[in-house]
Amino acid sequence: MSETGQQRPPQRRSWGSRLVVLVPALWLAAFFLVPFLIVLKISLSQTAIAQPPYLPVLDLAAGWQGFREFIAGLSLESYAMLASDSLYLASYLRSLEIAALSTMMLLLVGYPIAYGIARAPRRAQTVLVMLIVLPFLTAFLIRIYAWINILQRDGLLNDMLLALGLVREPLTWLSTDTAIYIGIVYSYLPFMVLPLYASLERMDETLLEAAADLGCPWWKAFWLVTVPLSLPGVIAGALLCFIPIAGEFVIPDLLGGSDTLMIGQTLWTEFFANKDWPVASAVAVALLLILLVPIVIYQHLQMRALEDR
Amino acid sequence: MARDGTGNETLGGARASFAPWTDPAARPLVRFEAVAKRFGVVPAVDRLSLDIYEGEFFALLGPSGCGKTTLLRLLAGFERPSEGRILLDGQDIADVPPHHRPVNMMFQSYALFPHLTVAGNVAFGLKQEGLPKAEIDARIAEMLALVKLEGFEQRKPHQLSGGQRQRVALARALAKRPRVFLLDEPLAALDRKLREDTRFELTDLQDKLGLTFIIVTHDQEEAMTVADRIGVMSRGQLVQVSTPSELYEQPNSRWVADFIGDVNLIEGRVASTGPQGTEIKGEAGGRLRAAQTVDVPLGTLVWVAVRPEKVSIAAETPSMTTENGFAGTVLDIGYLGGVSIYKVKLDNGLIMKAAVANRTRLVERPIGSGDRVSLSWEPTASVVLTR
Amino acid sequence: MRRGLSAFNVTSIALGLAFLYLPIAILVIYSFNASRLVTVWGGWSTRWYVALLHDSAMLDAAWTSLRIAFLSATAATVLGTLAAAALVRAGRFHGRTAFSAMVYAPLVMPEIITGLSLLLLFVALDADRGFWTVTLAHTTVTMCFVTIVVQSRLLSFDTSLEEAAMDLGAPPLRAFLTVTLPLIFPAVAAGWMLAFTLSLDDLVIASFTTGPGATTLPIRIYSEVRLGVKPEINAICTIMIAVVALGVVAAALIGKRTELARVGADGRGG
Repeated sequence: MSETGQQRPPQRRSWGSRLVVLVPALWLAAFFLVPFLIVLKISLSQTAIAQPPYLPVLDLAAGWQGFREFIAGLSLESYAMLASDSLYLASYLRSLEIAALSTMMLLLVGYPIAYGIARAPRRAQTVLVMLIVLPFLTAFLIRIYAWINILQRDGLLNDMLLALGLVREPLTWLSTDTAIYIGIVYSYLPFMVLPLYASLERMDETLLEAAADLGCPWWKAFWLVTVPLSLPGVIAGALLCFIPIAGEFVIPDLLGGSDTLMIGQTLWTEFFANKDWPVASAVAVALLLILLVPIVIYQHLQMRALEDR
Repeated sequence: MARDGTGNETLGGARASFAPWTDPAARPLVRFEAVAKRFGVVPAVDRLSLDIYEGEFFALLGPSGCGKTTLLRLLAGFERPSEGRILLDGQDIADVPPHHRPVNMMFQSYALFPHLTVAGNVAFGLKQEGLPKAEIDARIAEMLALVKLEGFEQRKPHQLSGGQRQRVALARALAKRPRVFLLDEPLAALDRKLREDTRFELTDLQDKLGLTFIIVTHDQEEAMTVADRIGVMSRGQLVQVSTPSELYEQPNSRWVADFIGDVNLIEGRVASTGPQGTEIKGEAGGRLRAAQTVDVPLGTLVWVAVRPEKVSIAAETPSMTTENGFAGTVLDIGYLGGVSIYKVKLDNGLIMKAAVANRTRLVERPIGSGDRVSLSWEPTASVVLTR
Repeated sequence: MRRGLSAFNVTSIALGLAFLYLPIAILVIYSFNASRLVTVWGGWSTRWYVALLHDSAMLDAAWTSLRIAFLSATAATVLGTLAAAALVRAGRFHGRTAFSAMVYAPLVMPEIITGLSLLLLFVALDADRGFWTVTLAHTTVTMCFVTIVVQSRLLSFDTSLEEAAMDLGAPPLRAFLTVTLPLIFPAVAAGWMLAFTLSLDDLVIASFTTGPGATTLPIRIYSEVRLGVKPEINAICTIMIAVVALGVVAAALIGKRTELARVGADGRGG
């Protein structure tokens, strides 16, 4: 084929094709971008016993004067509070620790599964991928709830351990870190397996045959050929898990204990229990800043993956 | 436009009495005026001018990436020229969108709509014109009869063979009765045997309908078989526009001579030229003679092009040291069935090829590898190329 | 990848699937447990399903969730398909990078941040929070998933089909509606289904953006679960799983039928 297939810039833009871009762009600007600016603004405000519960409020009717007063009223007080109270720092560190550790666990659990699926016969692959995705489509909450059934003190896991005589007393599973890790690995497994599978499945089988032909034992070939070639999938899967886990709320709230909170829980408490909107906003902005680098890397990969095909 | 052939003359592409391009008064149907198309900074078409006449079967021939498909897409309206004008019937069509151009295209992939039946595909363009249903149905029947696909109306594209799909694509584009019919590598997806049969069907079809066809191809045999004229393209420019026989017998450059068929090229300097022909002194020794005259100063570096089938080969005879006669040793013989190609290393170091038709059944080869031979050709077989 | 499974491959797939499905299977089985004590098996019974029928708060929440999911999935499909078309077909327009960043960002954004920011927007607009604010929020988040699904289909779509339609006299919009849309329909439908399930599933964003009178099913389940495991919850979860499973099977069947035609013509050209 000669020159037909490439994407080309369009010749002129009709109002129709402008609309195709403008409608979703305006929607996302209004409901995604602007809200972030508001969060940023409120994080620089102060708590007030009012409706809305923060100060200053931008008074557009007061014109330029109102704007000056508004700017003067902004403060870094909420951020100062984040820095001064070790509770917040501990919360951030815990979130990152849990996100990092569980991402590693997901990689260890997900890689053999993805590898197995990629080696299965063509027809079976479709079914297996479907089976991996299916639980993801049943509500997230249901899946966490299912684990409560199993992990509670008189739950199935303890029943089984007692019946097998492995333990004498029922163990405490619920409200521990173990439960959080189980819940996270369980919920995020499809997000890890799918990108890994996608990169493994694309791999040319003759590469391993070539490696074997050149005298490389299979385990070495796996390490020298398969793993490096699946690296894009590893990175995509890791980011796709790490970023949302760091902001996770439901799993630690339902399965974890109450001693140290993940940052998602802290934000939730500040907002719903303490009604401290500026601090909640500051927590969100700081979390976003921490996650900015992985998010940008992920976006870059996503665009490349979709556009280089 | 004059079309006075009976249809049988189309064999080989050359219709003796059809040559509007030789008539200075003839008005072209399609005119490219210094058209350039750049993607970024890379020129795909580079200030190219070309006239194509009504009723002509024109082939754009060139290696892949030479810009021939872009030229076709410019005419169909999928690309907009960066420079220059494209005229159809004397009108600049720059601002006419593809769906308003009286030009239809047959895509390389055929681009049949997989969700529509054969009839639905053929009807698609007619429905856009808002024709009454009875007329559409009549036109579908007519087109499917034309491409010999009666009875396939309700099939979906995936239920057809490659050859049948190609016919549906033909019928779909021709149903609109375009002023110009564009074919982008129409036969590339077919296997060899089917491709050869289809070539003749294409010329037949064009003859019956009297439409203007422009075909893009990288297959020179295909271009030579179907076209009245061929435009050879390289790097976004037309290198030569000629009839097939002229292109083969009188290439205008080494590039064309080498691109079309097989050729021996011998470097030399003009020693004399006049009505009796041109004499060239070979750079590697020997003297060459051509029947044509050339318009260059004596001593100019030129190349003599000789087609292998015009070179005779014989066991060496001592007296053979004349013009266009060289002695050498056979290096290699390629047996191709109909012909054998002899690769000969001349005593002056050059390597030449001679093609010999295998007229009798080959039992014992009279000339073998390593034999001493002499090669010779007629002065009329030499073409002197200055670039 | 070479086909052919080793014992290790089979074991890892089997363990993986067991890990994914056992908890769900246990939940389904216990929803038919006659005993009120969740952990004691008291024989088969459908009493918790019957009890559910009388739990009007739960039914209201389910109805609210279904309506929100339907509306937001439909809006998200329209917007997401437009965004996908913009990314694939509009070429290089000004602000394309910013546009695609905005499209992909909600995919990885922690829900808690998205939820908070949307709530603050609705407060700033002084909008009454409830049914419509949740619908808007869900539309915004799920449209990005639709975009990804439709975009990857459009990228493998043979553009010469659309060009052929225009060549035969169809204006660009009609070419899209009569040729492209029917052919990418399975992807659009899959996008809608994905948006629908995501909306039905969401707790965090709905908690932030909802108001009085618009309790969604996840919010309702969450408040019940915080108080401990209840057999009725097992029952409603089983129903939700059944609905999703049915939907997936239906989608797979639709996909099978359209796949033939798609493989038939469009994968081949160039």
